[in-house]
Amino acid sequence: MFRFLLGRLAVLIPTFIGVSIIAFSFIRLLPGDPVMLMSGERVMTPERYAEISHRLGYDRSYIVQYLDYLWGILRGDFGTSISTKSSVLGQFFQLFPATLELSLCAIIFAVVLGIPAGVLAAIKRGSFWDQTIMGTALIGFSMPIFWWGLLLIILFSGVLQWTPVSGRISLMYFFPSVTGFMLIDSLLSGQKGAFTSALSHLILPTIVLGTIPLAVIARQTRSAMLEVLSEDYVRTARAKGLSSFRVVGIHALRNAMIPVVTTIGLQIGVMLAGAILTETIFSWPGIGKWMVDSVFRRDYPVIQGGLLIIAGMIMLVNLIVDLLYGLLNPRIRHQN
Amino acid sequence: MKKTIFAAALLAATALAGVANAKTLVYCSEGSPEGFDPALYTAGTTFDASSRPVFNRLVEFKPGTTEIEPGLAESWTISDDGLQYTFKLRPGVKFQTTDFFTPTRDMNADDVVFSFERQWKEDNAWHKYIPEGSYEYFAGMGLPELLANIEKVDDLTVKFTLKNKEAPFLANLGMDFGSIQSKEYADKLQADNKMVQLNQMPVGTGPFTFVAYQQDAAIRFKANDAYWKGREKIDDLVFAITPDAAVRLQKLKAGECQIFPYPNAADVPAIKSDDTLTTMEENGLNVAYLAYNTQQAPFDKVEVRKALNMAINKKAIVDAVFEGAAEVAKNPIPPSMWGYNKAIEDDKYDPEAAKKALEAAGVKDLSMKIWAMPVARPYMLNARRAAELMQADLDKIGVKAEIVSMEWAEYLAKSKDVKRDGAVILGWTGDNGDPDNFLHTLLGCDAVGGNNRAQWCNKEFNDLVLKAKTTVDQAERTKLYEEAQVVFKREAPWDTLDHSVVVMPMSKKVKGYIMSPLGHHSFSGVDVEE
Repeated sequence: MFRFLLGRLAVLIPTFIGVSIIAFSFIRLLPGDPVMLMSGERVMTPERYAEISHRLGYDRSYIVQYLDYLWGILRGDFGTSISTKSSVLGQFFQLFPATLELSLCAIIFAVVLGIPAGVLAAIKRGSFWDQTIMGTALIGFSMPIFWWGLLLIILFSGVLQWTPVSGRISLMYFFPSVTGFMLIDSLLSGQKGAFTSALSHLILPTIVLGTIPLAVIARQTRSAMLEVLSEDYVRTARAKGLSSFRVVGIHALRNAMIPVVTTIGLQIGVMLAGAILTETIFSWPGIGKWMVDSVFRRDYPVIQGGLLIIAGMIMLVNLIVDLLYGLLNPRIRHQN
Repeated sequence: MKKTIFAAALLAATALAGVANAKTLVYCSEGSPEGFDPALYTAGTTFDASSRPVFNRLVEFKPGTTEIEPGLAESWTISDDGLQYTFKLRPGVKFQTTDFFTPTRDMNADDVVFSFERQWKEDNAWHKYIPEGSYEYFAGMGLPELLANIEKVDDLTVKFTLKNKEAPFLANLGMDFGSIQSKEYADKLQADNKMVQLNQMPVGTGPFTFVAYQQDAAIRFKANDAYWKGREKIDDLVFAITPDAAVRLQKLKAGECQIFPYPNAADVPAIKSDDTLTTMEENGLNVAYLAYNTQQAPFDKVEVRKALNMAINKKAIVDAVFEGAAEVAKNPIPPSMWGYNKAIEDDKYDPEAAKKALEAAGVKDLSMKIWAMPVARPYMLNARRAAELMQADLDKIGVKAEIVSMEWAEYLAKSKDVKRDGAVILGWTGDNGDPDNFLHTLLGCDAVGGNNRAQWCNKEFNDLVLKAKTTVDQAERTKLYEEAQVVFKREAPWDTLDHSVVVMPMSKKVKGYIMSPLGHHSFSGVDVEE
């Protein structure tokens, strides 16, 4: 297991450097210039342009800029945002809990509903249930997030007035952020009704962000289950007279989980992309919205730093998924 | 820093809990402020959250107008040569007391000198207090070249000396970068080695005191009890940051906020028909234009430019792009600005006459490029659509137009080029309500290769605007600008397209909101009915 872990870690380092090169060069390959954008329609004199470029270090060669950037990262310095003038890492950690809280809720929502739905569709293959579940999953998968979010807001917040429109908590409540997770902070604050308010603000964004992963997980679970259910050992288990719950729930499901866990891991990457739109619709102060704003402003340090940190996290999640395989399936861990 | 915010937030929370019946106004703002030191930025969103609620300036714009009125300066005198401006400061003005700063003295000349010198003098310790920061507006309005000296005469008198006459100088001081900071607060931050805090936790003399900013979520202010114009009627002002316009509308309907800016044009009719809501409208201080390259054949001929102007149906563009929330422009400055020449007659939409005029000018089989901006701006929501309509109009008079577009920063950079090929759609939003800020900035000879996208240098026009720039008397300036607009229309370096109308939806409970032609969102004087 230890060697397995080391092997995986060794792959991470070149990947990380690769990502840093891509993050650095990608934004510079795009047309557009942060210094030029600072003044908008107002034209900047060439002297002032040169002075500001120099101050920001953009007049140096790309290689020098990259090495300087890399050296900064090694020291834990991801640079300073051009627009807000504050540290990229500081801002990231201030905003990340909001994204994490929403993503966790969404993935839990997707797993809790997706796996049973997939299992149900597999054991009732071809039935009305199967058709309904798979049909709904297809619709969910194809739904444009922006449209879906607005639709839910108009229905549940506008017409029915069951849920709040946007934000993380009602503006009535105001307390210092301790963990950054609103559910926890609202409990810690001790203010009456704060937790309920935070929870109600999570409902719609969770559904919107969780919809695509839910659809994918349900479909993946169904196909993995179908494959496993036709295996010999399942037939043997049935022949032994085990209850259908034990056969499906313990013998089949555990083996069917390997591709499903992979899918869940991959969905975390997909979810960060979805978070960009979801956060914009629901005015959710997370990193997705932060990154989009930075792209529009060509805020190089934020885009580079943000991409790198997010990529690093996805790599970490994938590493954890790899390790989970090992736990779920001893053959994988012994092959290495 | 974190501890201070924490303590501040905790105290504020206790304070908020204490006043259960506090009158609160929630404003669903369109974006996050970049910071809280207005001098570092150029975006209206940032000013709405910093300079407008927290700060005052020496002179202010009278609410609802572009006229100057006394602010922190009670009065001022201008020397006969127009080079010396002496400001008498208002006595007894208090800086806000916050949880992180308690002022020990009233606002005085030191604060004024500090507020400008930090932007101006490179050796000032505050000039680069944020290495990535620069004072873009101060530089953009040409103040580093204009200022000769800023001097404290006594505690309540400050004298600005200019290198040359500049009539818009007063209006410039009313702009956001002219916000007066507390030198005492700055000194304290410098001593504590916490200079960046000036951009995070502002202290000013304005109507509202900064309480806390939760990044990308909300900004909280409370009424400044010691405000020199008197305490505000509302107790708390909260900005709920809501980037999507459709969501802002839903929040207003659900009562989660009481007022918001920039609705989707398509939603406006529905908002107007809602009994619980009301809307206010104001002509924006802006213009969109199509700038020909007047240095390039055949656009160097007035007749050709005039013919093209006659061929383009601007009314149709305004209807299609703004759904009526704009008016057709005939002058390069908006009608809400002083100096606007009402008597000017626009080039009439007349494709037949246009065709003849083009033939008379000896131009056949003309093909040209129309540059369409890739982004929506207040003065032009959809340049691509506008360009397509122009293309169809021009086709009717036998002119082949090709639409080109590129990334925004590149668009801005390449459209400046004197050798640029084609006519450019662009626009401008006024900074200080002075006609100079449009006529000289966008059409003056020294702006060729820069803001003057028509690359147009006309001696008659240029002399008029330069004379107006150095004339102090406003009545005389008005005449000069009116004349300049006559020359502009005759020479037609642009086809003036539109001035957009700004709509502000709000709950019927909101009283006393005044829309600013400068596009500011200020909540001073606003009340919320129970």
